[in-house]
Amino acid sequence: MSNESFPLKLEGGDVPMVRFDRVTKQYGDLTVLDSLDLDVKANEMVAIIGPSGSGKTTVLRMLMGLELIDEGVIYVDGQPMTHMEKNGRLVRAGQKYLRRMRSSIGMVFQQFNLFPHMTALQNCMEAPVQVLGLSRKEARERSLELLKLVGLDDKMDQYPARLSGGQQQRVAIARALAMRPKIMLFDEVTSALDPEIVGEVTQVIRKLHDEHSLTMLMVTHQMGFARDISDRVCFFYEGKIAEQGSPEQLFDNPRNERTAMFLSAVLEAD
Amino acid sequence: MSYLEFLYKYAPSFLNGAVVTLEQTALGTLLAVIVALIMGFMKMSSFIPVRWVGIVYIEIFRGTSLLVQMYWIFFVLPLFGITLGKFEAGFLAVGLNLGAYGAELVRGGVQSVPRSQYEAATALGMHPFTRMRRVIFPQALLNMLPPWGNLLIELLKATALVALISVADLMFVSKQINMSTFLSAQAFGTALIIYYIIARGIITPGMRGLECKLAKKLSIG
Ligand SMILES: Nc1ncnc2c1ncn2[C@@H]1O[C@H](COP(=O)(O)OP(=O)(O)O)[C@@H](O)[C@H]1O
Ligand SMILES: [Mg+2]
Repeated sequence: MSNESFPLKLEGGDVPMVRFDRVTKQYGDLTVLDSLDLDVKANEMVAIIGPSGSGKTTVLRMLMGLELIDEGVIYVDGQPMTHMEKNGRLVRAGQKYLRRMRSSIGMVFQQFNLFPHMTALQNCMEAPVQVLGLSRKEARERSLELLKLVGLDDKMDQYPARLSGGQQQRVAIARALAMRPKIMLFDEVTSALDPEIVGEVTQVIRKLHDEHSLTMLMVTHQMGFARDISDRVCFFYEGKIAEQGSPEQLFDNPRNERTAMFLSAVLEAD
Repeated sequence: MSYLEFLYKYAPSFLNGAVVTLEQTALGTLLAVIVALIMGFMKMSSFIPVRWVGIVYIEIFRGTSLLVQMYWIFFVLPLFGITLGKFEAGFLAVGLNLGAYGAELVRGGVQSVPRSQYEAATALGMHPFTRMRRVIFPQALLNMLPPWGNLLIELLKATALVALISVADLMFVSKQINMSTFLSAQAFGTALIIYYIIARGIITPGMRGLECKLAKKLSIG
């Protein structure tokens, strides 16, 4: 890849917390992300909406470093994440570098993905102890505080199998927060939940947004919630951002025909 | 001679044989577990030369006869200057052979843990080694214990072959008793019963117990 046109790091007045710079991701012949540009400011809450298969999950997975991108560069807090500097050039990030860059990002998955052989508390403590090297005591205090934040301190000794979906998802949020990330990624975190318990999870996300300085990217099908909470909404279509804007603008006056069609289909279904 | 008299007379010999069989089984198991872990992980390695060592090992030891492998270890290796006692050659052959089958169980167990568990651990910044040790392997272990129970019974049965290089195990003792008494049914019948008791009275409940203990410790199931 010719990296000449990608800066080694982002400098200047307002460096974005996240920047996708012409990022392309392909699976075989399928181009899932097509030269995507996306900036997210520090402490911004960006909602990502769009039809199934449009590349929403892929955006988060690339940012989390779960898969390699094919072209372009992702920057986190001004530093390249998918690449690193070597002799004045950008080369593909090594595993160690990638692990360090990942530490500023937390991710919450649609299917919770808690570790089934650990209690809620152990789930939260595991990475702080094993990755950050915290003492068990410190990790425990930190985890308890976060379980309290998500309203589950009374369930700390329960194993995931004994928790409801909503409770599991809240533990997953606490687990991600225990690493003290600057950026939180939410991938349809309420889609696997029964409608009546969706609220207990969205409430936690709202609290995080209101009371903590976190940059958040949230893929969601809940248009009401997206509108309510986000600073900006991005509508994905076929691996590109077809339209983005403030929630009011995008939901009330979509400029792109695709956006309008998608919104009317989704709102009708509700 | 009634069967009771037969038993009374030969019980000590059978017992000695059974002890040797248990020793062969225990040492063979220990070796098989070690080999299975090493070869199983090698076969899963993303580093191709390492992966090939695993593949070739498993192919050779599963694709050829245990008896021939044992003869190689006992009769052929000395030609290359490696001389082993018959007892050592016996459990070595059994362990190396059954370890190749165990390697596939290790691989199967690890691969049965969903990808999402890897991703969750990766997203938390875990080093691949930590991820395996703390997240993937404990879950894999629980998945692979039931097939390991079967494998260990196969291993027990396979130890009967060590009689062919004159290790004085249960099989060897039964043959000797048969030769000196010509009471084949009693001699080999008793051997059958003792093998069965070891399998169903020791190995199966032992593995069940281990499974329960682990399941409780990991609190799944
Ligand atoms: N590992 C993969 N291998 C092949 N195709 C994939 C893989 N992951 C995702 N895709 C494809 O990429 C496209 C975008 O997927 P995704 O980002 O999950 O969409 P969304 O989250 O918007 O529904 C889909 O067509 C999907 O089938
Ligand atoms: Mg998705």
